[in-house]
Amino acid sequence: MIRILRQIFRTGIVTEPLPLEAEAEIKEAGAKLKDAIRKRFSKSLTIRHVDAGSCNGCELEIHAINNPIYNCERFGIHFTASPRFADMLLVTGPVSRNMEIALRRTYDATPPPKLVVAVGDCGCSGGIFGESYASMGGVDKIITVDAYIHGCPPTPAALLHGILRAVGNR
Amino acid sequence: MSVLKDAITPVLGAGAVYDERQYPSSIISCTVPKEKFVETAKAMKKVHALLAAEWASDETPFGRGFGIYACYRWGSEYLIVKTEAPAEDPAFPTLTKKFLPAYRFERQIKSLMGVTPAGHPDSRPWIKFEDWPEEAWPLRKSFDASKAMPRVTGKYNWIRAEGEGVYEIPVGPVHAGIIEPGHFRFQAVGEDIINLEERLGYVHKGIEKKFESLSWQEGSRLAGRVSGDTTAAHSLAYCIALESMTGCSVPERAQWLRALFLEMERIANHLGDIGAVCNDAAFAFMLYQLSRLREIILRINHKLFGHRLMMDRVIPGGVSVDIDAQGVEMILSELKGLLKEFNKLVVIYDENSSLEDRVKDTGILTPDKARELCVVGIVARASGLNLDCRAQNPFPPYDRIGVTVPVLISGDVHARVWVRIEEIRESVRIIHEILKSLPSGAISADAGIPLPDTSGFSAVEGWRGEIVYWLQSGPTGGVNRCMVRDPSGVNWLGLEQAVLGNIVPDFPLCNKSFNQSYSGHDL
Ligand code: SF4
Repeated sequence: MIRILRQIFRTGIVTEPLPLEAEAEIKEAGAKLKDAIRKRFSKSLTIRHVDAGSCNGCELEIHAINNPIYNCERFGIHFTASPRFADMLLVTGPVSRNMEIALRRTYDATPPPKLVVAVGDCGCSGGIFGESYASMGGVDKIITVDAYIHGCPPTPAALLHGILRAVGNR
Repeated sequence: MSVLKDAITPVLGAGAVYDERQYPSSIISCTVPKEKFVETAKAMKKVHALLAAEWASDETPFGRGFGIYACYRWGSEYLIVKTEAPAEDPAFPTLTKKFLPAYRFERQIKSLMGVTPAGHPDSRPWIKFEDWPEEAWPLRKSFDASKAMPRVTGKYNWIRAEGEGVYEIPVGPVHAGIIEPGHFRFQAVGEDIINLEERLGYVHKGIEKKFESLSWQEGSRLAGRVSGDTTAAHSLAYCIALESMTGCSVPERAQWLRALFLEMERIANHLGDIGAVCNDAAFAFMLYQLSRLREIILRINHKLFGHRLMMDRVIPGGVSVDIDAQGVEMILSELKGLLKEFNKLVVIYDENSSLEDRVKDTGILTPDKARELCVVGIVARASGLNLDCRAQNPFPPYDRIGVTVPVLISGDVHARVWVRIEEIRESVRIIHEILKSLPSGAISADAGIPLPDTSGFSAVEGWRGEIVYWLQSGPTGGVNRCMVRDPSGVNWLGLEQAVLGNIVPDFPLCNKSFNQSYSGHDL
């Protein structure tokens, strides 16, 4: 136990402010977000992630925004296990044909206002996989999308920024 | 001396046909009549070879029928046995009775290529869902991949356990965490799992078919997106197969840098995995600490090579980024700090008795089962199989530096964690060696274009395990077939076996300790 506590104290708080370029915009979005989140989402934004066919690269970076360095919880962002509790769906990947129905069902199970954010070049437009017998293309081919986050995969900073922007938009 | 060749020669007899168009030339490839396909498998089984992969290729553009290939591995040797099936009668004898992994390989061949494994015990499709049209065989040349497929009604027959107190738990495809989609069905009595059936294919994106429409050059970008967490290793496996066909000799410096990328990828993923396993045992402290260390690696990647995961940094002919003296310094000093922190955390892992309680003797894959299932990589090494392509099929610099391969025999969650721990330390050492004596020179050469109707093979040790690629050029020199075998293609079967007799709440722990790729499997 002593070792654990010592490690925790030695590590301290490693959470970083966002990179400079993003900072100004984020601040603005952050202010709006606080307002919006307070009003709409009772101070916290709950996200359900859906992998609709990604290569799992985007998932790695979504994991990263949960790590202590990016620490998305400081913005009131929290990931949930069920779409029933979600305010936002974060959807990655080109939508594979085999995931289309599951994605639609998840969307239907989400209560309004159900913001949808398409993540990654694949989520935005199908990316390198494009449209084919097995890939339906971008997320907006299947459900309504409120915001897009480009990148292959998008960096954690881009993800945070995109999520904040999506909330600000509404 | 070649064990596999010696084993197969008596079966083939004098009329053996060896394929001269298979590269690299160290890979023996032969064609046998259908009747001998199983007999060769028997001979392979006898010398304890493993089945690395089995696949089919539509060879109608060459005026032939379908080629069915089985690739065996023994130590550092690989041997490919091919048999042919005419287009009018697309069938071949099943290998399932000899090699268990053929069970899924062949279901996949039937589902996607429409070539029937005669005598296969399971006629249900794999990856192809019940709502696909029956005649949709995307890997056939006659299939138009650009068109959307209509949905039909169909039913998937699950294996069911029955009896008093037996109940079923369906999970997925959308899981609770931030992970990929797949479906698991547990049959349980009380808390004990008596059967687990996986149902994968949800993230099938038509990758193998897509390769056929890309240029050889573009293929490495797609390979780098087969499984995003293994981007460097997949691109590398693709490139090595291609380079073997074109005869491209990759500059030494590029080879060393490729090894560097592989090891960085290994460290980053292992760190994430160990943290995730601990987190599933409710020890979140480790997840946070290790994800902090993982971030260090990703930032080095970003700073020095321009991409956090190193996508598209391995290209046909070499690598796309170089490193300077400052970069070398940076990696060395960052890794030194990282290793120090890591070792402290390992002590904490090791001394935590409540964690030990969860990970030891949980999810055991016995060495016998591991061998039967021909599992690879970390899963194999945790179950007593000494398999590592870096040691057995080394490309420079591994032949110079050498690799110590950790092998444990307990086959439980703890063993799979501990193999990763040892490998992180070994990778740090390898990186030190690489950076200390990095040769100078160019970082890429012209990859060239393969001759028509040739094939190339490669096996590369990614962080999960052995990745196999097999490329075949068409009659005009384009891509006729690109076969991808991610470690997940075989290791998923291992998970089904490892959870038997465990309690349902331990499944996440078992699953994390395997951490197989859905995308790499579904393709
Ligand atoms: S955008 Fe890139 S990282 Fe994300 S799923 Fe697509 S290929 Fe993978």
